[in-house]
Amino acid sequence: MSWIPTPISRFFHRTSSPPHFYALANRWLPWLTALFLLLLGAGLYGGLYLAPADYQQGDSYRIIYVHVPAAWMSLFIYVLMAVMGAIALVWRMKLAEVMLISSAPIGAGFTFIALVTGSLWGKPMWGTWWVWDARLTSELILLFLYLGVISLYGAIEDKKAAAKAVSILALVGVVNIPIIHYSVEWWNTLHQGPTVTKIDKPSIHVSMLVPLLLMALAFKVYYLIAVLQAAKLELVRREASSQWVKNLLETKL
Amino acid sequence: MSLTTAFFAIIRRDLLLAFRRRAELANPLLFFVMVVTLFPLAVGAQPNLLQAMAPGVIWVAALLAALLSLDNLFRSDFEDGSLEQLLLSPHSLSILVLGKILAHWLVTGLPLLLVAPLLALFLGLPQAAMGTLWLTLILATPMLSLIGAIGVALTVGLRRGGMILSLLVLPLYIPVLIFASNAVDRAASGLPVTAQLNILLAMLILALVLVPLPTSAALKMSVN
Repeated sequence: MSWIPTPISRFFHRTSSPPHFYALANRWLPWLTALFLLLLGAGLYGGLYLAPADYQQGDSYRIIYVHVPAAWMSLFIYVLMAVMGAIALVWRMKLAEVMLISSAPIGAGFTFIALVTGSLWGKPMWGTWWVWDARLTSELILLFLYLGVISLYGAIEDKKAAAKAVSILALVGVVNIPIIHYSVEWWNTLHQGPTVTKIDKPSIHVSMLVPLLLMALAFKVYYLIAVLQAAKLELVRREASSQWVKNLLETKL
Repeated sequence: MSLTTAFFAIIRRDLLLAFRRRAELANPLLFFVMVVTLFPLAVGAQPNLLQAMAPGVIWVAALLAALLSLDNLFRSDFEDGSLEQLLLSPHSLSILVLGKILAHWLVTGLPLLLVAPLLALFLGLPQAAMGTLWLTLILATPMLSLIGAIGVALTVGLRRGGMILSLLVLPLYIPVLIFASNAVDRAASGLPVTAQLNILLAMLILALVLVPLPTSAALKMSVN
């Protein structure tokens, strides 16, 4: 691929070799953890302490500092998984497969958090734990898509084939996400709209927005930490018989 | 052998196989009828309620019947090795796969068209909605076979792929369910349904173009 500058393609080639990636992840993890704690602390302090209470919703709006970043991450990770899937299918890059598999449980976790915090917020605000609102429904379907990816990978014995299957599924899913999302939205507007939902969102004040963005960044960094840890484990499991893992064990012992 | 000949040969072969196993042919149809019968027993036989639920009930039953029949799509070919022959053929696998899906639809999707009006009558769906019900079945049941084919191709190598198949395929069926049952619902109350039918048609064309690609990739993965 001549259109990619040599240093960058060299960096990619090196990073995609498992031992190199393993060492790199080890070097990055402490920094990422520090960055995560910093962002989380600042975001929580800003969101829970500095930001004023909402004039309409009181203090219960503060759940958005967990809910909204989790919901963003749930979509972001699925798209990322599809990108990884495409890379794995086209360039047969082992590392992309590993990252794809490692991302799936984390994404499912974020989706679950978004659903639970949403319904916790919905109880005092809408007076009910669950409404068949378009966003809630499509988030629930997203959770099903994640669970499909995870269970398909678990069911296929041969992990090489499983990784390929999951890559295909992630690509099919990402084509379907917009279709599902819009059809659910139309479904809701074509029926008579629910009467309790959607208090018009007041445009958000800076003192609330900054902590929200900090939390979103913190969640991104958290995802990186979690995915690197999971990818490390997956790599060692896959390459258990290779020389670099044996060397690794010897240096550890 | 040209690609067209191969395509029709595959359809002919699958139809022939299906007619040799007539008992299996009737199963999805029976299942469809029985699921619909369960609803009045479960929710009560009030005519108003049933009439309001009819489009949804018929479509959910059609979806489940399609899901049940999906496993036949590649399973027997996978077990007797003819799927490998298909992969080895010099023709484009996507086209051949499309032939198999088409044959599957002719065997499992098309018969639903014959039974659906009867069930709609049982549930008290207004006469005015009958045409729309047929149209949605014609447009949307091929999509059930198409989308399902991806799931079957991914799970055909598994010994017990049935549960996972439904987990993979059902979320992808949701748009079809929404627009199809919504169209019938609106037709029952005398509203125009052009938008829903157009979207179903658009989704069908999209699925026809896109589905063979991941299906053939997944089949190659499953056979290796």
